[in-house]
Amino acid sequence: MELFVFVVSSLMILAGAVGVILRPNPVHAAMSLILTLFGVAVLFVAMEAHFLAAVQVIVYAGAIVVLFLFVIMLLGVDRAENLRIEPIPVQRPLAVIVAVGLVSTIGAAIIHSRDAVRSASGVGLVDAVDTADSDSNIRQLGRDLFSDHVFAFELTSALLVVAVVGTVLMLRRPSRTERTP
Amino acid sequence: MSALLATPQPTSTWYLLLGAVLFAIGALGLMVRRNPLVMFMCIELMLNAVNLSFVALARDLGDISGQTAVLFVLVVAAAEVVVGLGIIVSILRRRPNATADDLSELKG
Repeated sequence: MELFVFVVSSLMILAGAVGVILRPNPVHAAMSLILTLFGVAVLFVAMEAHFLAAVQVIVYAGAIVVLFLFVIMLLGVDRAENLRIEPIPVQRPLAVIVAVGLVSTIGAAIIHSRDAVRSASGVGLVDAVDTADSDSNIRQLGRDLFSDHVFAFELTSALLVVAVVGTVLMLRRPSRTERTP
Repeated sequence: MSALLATPQPTSTWYLLLGAVLFAIGALGLMVRRNPLVMFMCIELMLNAVNLSFVALARDLGDISGQTAVLFVLVVAAAEVVVGLGIIVSILRRRPNATADDLSELKG
């Protein structure tokens, strides 16, 4: 069963990812991105990370992709881009070589160290299936977030405020009174 | 039925390899595509690949900190999208057909 879920959702993920880089129209690329994000959310559920699966769907597929589509529609750049034009002569073969090298390097490292990970043991995840407690993942995540990582959590609030204020300042059109001193 | 039970269960190595492939596809798109919005989507693909690896290793090591790290990656991705789309909007407002190649005109 878990194998079936894995195969189906990895096909979703890879099809969506290939769609993002091959679709000429940015709107279609955003739709393929949603497919990939849903596949990742399904795999999160398969790995007992229920809270992250929910956040993945709400924040990524909900907020971020909608933001992308909003910008595409706002600027009216939803025209198909001609992918046949290759601006730099040997850019694409080189990019494919780099990507294949990347995946084989990372893959070799993963396969080489697959036993090293197995032998290490941590404190133990509380499994919702084992304890019959449907909130155990959220409870454990919240306890870890607000005890060990509370400083980093506070820093993220500062990061978000800086990002939002910076974007508003960057995009604000100067008002009429400021333009004529 | 016994043949069904004997099918291999996906270990975390499978998830990590899937993450590696997804990361490489994102990197390939970032190198090939010229539309800045699509390049941003490729960055999201790469971030998702890393999230997948984080969760797989968190399950394997039995440590919830991996999932906490994914939460921080989500927050940073959201902030990055806000700032990046702001920059893209302010560029494309002036030049509606700008691609990543045209940004070389920024140099003085």
